[in-house]
Amino acid sequence: MVQFVLPAKSRYKDQPGRHFPAPPAAKRVRRFRIYRFDPDSGRPPCVDTFDVDLDRCGPMVLDALIKIKNEIDSTLTFRRSCREGICGSCAMNIDGLNTLACTCPIEPKGAESRIFPLPHLPVIKDLVPDLTLFYEQYASVKPWLQTREPAPAGRERTQSPRDQELVDRPSACILCACCSTSCPSYWWNSDRYLGPAALLAAYRWIVDTRDETGGERLDQLQDSFRLYRCHTIMNCVEACPKDLNPARAIADIKRRLASRDD
Amino acid sequence: MKAYELVEHQFDVIVVGAGGAGLRATMSLAEAGLSTACITKVFPTRSHTVAAQGGISAALGNMGEDDWRFHFYDTIKGSDWLGDQDAIEFMCKEAPAAVIELEHFGLPFSRTEDGRIYQRPFGGMTTNYGKGIAQRTCAAADRTGHAMLHTLYQQCLRHEANFFIEFFAIDLIMESGECRGVLALDMATGTMHRFLAQATILATGGYGRTYFSCTSAHTCTGDGGGMALRAGLPLQDMEFVQFHPTGIYGAGCLITEGVRGEGGILRNSAGERFMERYAPNAKDLASRDVVSRAMTIEIREGRGVGPERDHLFLHLEHLGADVILKRLPGIAETAMIFAGVDVTRAPIPVLPTAHYNMGGIPCNIHGEVLTVRNGDPESVVPGLMAIGEAACVSVHGANRLGSNSLLDLVVFGRAAAARCSAILKPGVTRGMPAAQATDPVLARFDRVRHAGGSRPTAAIREEMQRGMQLDAAVFRSGSSLADGCRRLAQTFESFSDLRISDRSLVFNTDLIEALELDNLLRQAVATIHSAGNRTESRGAHAREDFPKRDDANWLKHSLAWVTDDGAVRFDYRPVHLNTLTGDVDAIPPRARTY
Repeated sequence: MVQFVLPAKSRYKDQPGRHFPAPPAAKRVRRFRIYRFDPDSGRPPCVDTFDVDLDRCGPMVLDALIKIKNEIDSTLTFRRSCREGICGSCAMNIDGLNTLACTCPIEPKGAESRIFPLPHLPVIKDLVPDLTLFYEQYASVKPWLQTREPAPAGRERTQSPRDQELVDRPSACILCACCSTSCPSYWWNSDRYLGPAALLAAYRWIVDTRDETGGERLDQLQDSFRLYRCHTIMNCVEACPKDLNPARAIADIKRRLASRDD
Repeated sequence: MKAYELVEHQFDVIVVGAGGAGLRATMSLAEAGLSTACITKVFPTRSHTVAAQGGISAALGNMGEDDWRFHFYDTIKGSDWLGDQDAIEFMCKEAPAAVIELEHFGLPFSRTEDGRIYQRPFGGMTTNYGKGIAQRTCAAADRTGHAMLHTLYQQCLRHEANFFIEFFAIDLIMESGECRGVLALDMATGTMHRFLAQATILATGGYGRTYFSCTSAHTCTGDGGGMALRAGLPLQDMEFVQFHPTGIYGAGCLITEGVRGEGGILRNSAGERFMERYAPNAKDLASRDVVSRAMTIEIREGRGVGPERDHLFLHLEHLGADVILKRLPGIAETAMIFAGVDVTRAPIPVLPTAHYNMGGIPCNIHGEVLTVRNGDPESVVPGLMAIGEAACVSVHGANRLGSNSLLDLVVFGRAAAARCSAILKPGVTRGMPAAQATDPVLARFDRVRHAGGSRPTAAIREEMQRGMQLDAAVFRSGSSLADGCRRLAQTFESFSDLRISDRSLVFNTDLIEALELDNLLRQAVATIHSAGNRTESRGAHAREDFPKRDDANWLKHSLAWVTDDGAVRFDYRPVHLNTLTGDVDAIPPRARTY
């Protein structure tokens, strides 16, 4: 019988993590269990435990991470920038759900918060995943306006408010990768399946009335892996911190392909 | 110090920073066939341009009468006459083409009924030289910066631009007063890279994180300004820090001025629309400095809201759910998340919050960095350019108008690229710079990397931020600025006692934050000393001990040099009160009321 062996350094449970207790005076303590991995150390990953005094901490999970980095362990590593849910830097897995740490309130109830990097991506360090493939897939859908007609001189291309509405939501994607890395189909086939974020980006241009290459864009997606590995699991909709609907976009792409005359 | 191995790169142009300005320059440079590297410490779409909400100004006249000359006048008045009028003419005249071009790139602008770009009113934007309210700010709902940044990144992909992502620029490589390139750290591996180029463009953004409460992202640490100061170059007009009237109380997150553009109103504890008293004509749409001062006075005089009476309310529930959903969906979301407020039913608690740096690296309209040399205040620093919030052209003078910053990014990003195309020949290389050009840079980096003192980055940073918040705020006075300078000097000094705990090479954010703090500290020093030095009130710089504008003595740009030990030296550059061409008449200084 085939034996499946996990690669070295993929198990975090073998290694005991450190525990940083809260100051004795703290009244409202929340426990954060955080995935740690430092490739320089040569050690396998582990989970550290930080007890944080919520009375001296902002309301969001990012506030807790920053407090830990500032006051307890400055080696804790994560990406962050805008802290208001628009830059997409601080996507991570919080209590089993992919979301942005900056807009995710600290859950006051329950035993603890478990914070892990986005799933099924190579980890660079701690909560920092390697998004290279994700970005390449985005670029592969040629996410820019393509036209044959030259643009009108000295004025904008016109577009009705109704047509603009078609691109309004899809173009609001922040490339945080919460959706793609929540998708089991993407976990299995990320080498060939584009994933919900890249497909939403493709869709954003397919429905843009200014773009003149919708046909070619659909041709590019007509592929049993690139598009059709979406099995409408819908985790992407659940995960999107901007309330976008990649699944509906993918369904609409499939519908457009199915109703083509050729 | 162990010798660092340098990975060598050679390009025609290096752009440091991938926000709106950096990407606009990068795409044009790539398109023009100059070999270009864009070095950025965050993935391009994470840059802080992404958080701009309200829009980008341009006198398109899609929603009523407009003329770039009105925009020119408004910008000069907004700048409290400290803006250079030739540069302002250039920007306002270029604005319509720059915005149309963004639309042609595919930016998903909101639309009017007849399919044109939607434009909303914004603070200080008027028609007929102050007589009417202009609808000049082109918007993509309330995420215009997001739409713009993503569009520009897409154009860079289209033109196959070279990116070095999550590379942190350490310092400029200067040789005989000329910039030869930059040294940068590859964060993912911890390796050091030397980028040499004919021109280096700093597009590194503002240094908002010198303040404790700011709308700026954590990454707004003014790395270009820090590098310029360490290279012995001055920064200009650093005393002018814009406080945005409507940061969310507590969280500091931005609530766009577009809310007031769409009809939102500020009210005090008595429910009074107090801006009618301070700006009878423009009311809530007065310039940001005016509104922030009015709010501060209301709170001081006891008319604030909340248990501590320390903030005010921004009402938009009267706009109706339809307008809110269509024009301000992001605001509705942000207010719910960070203030727990349903904006269709309740007001948002707001407070003036540090937002934008009018000051920066002095440069001309081509983006070329300037310094004073042998008495010449327009002396170009060869090989070095600056654009965007990092730069001080100066189009914003003492106070920037809302929606002029996205415009600044694209107009001067494009201008800098055009300048490179005009003056550089592709593929020209020179010998390696002498070791003296890189050794001190590596030595400084090495000191920080192995810092074994007693104070962690976060402690020094918070001390600096609280000091700036206290002593260099909306209103300033000579005594508090003097206290602030003294305290900040101690904070600055304590950087020599820095402690880094993370000794690893891979993605060492402990180290990166320390290097960012170095940049912040130098600019905090420049800011608070410049504020103490300027004994007048102008635009965003309001001195309680010198409440009047003083054109006789202070109609000039201040230049500040900061040495490695925190000493500050000043000089000045004249304000350009002349226009660039005969297309518009210069606007001589006059009283500024809204």
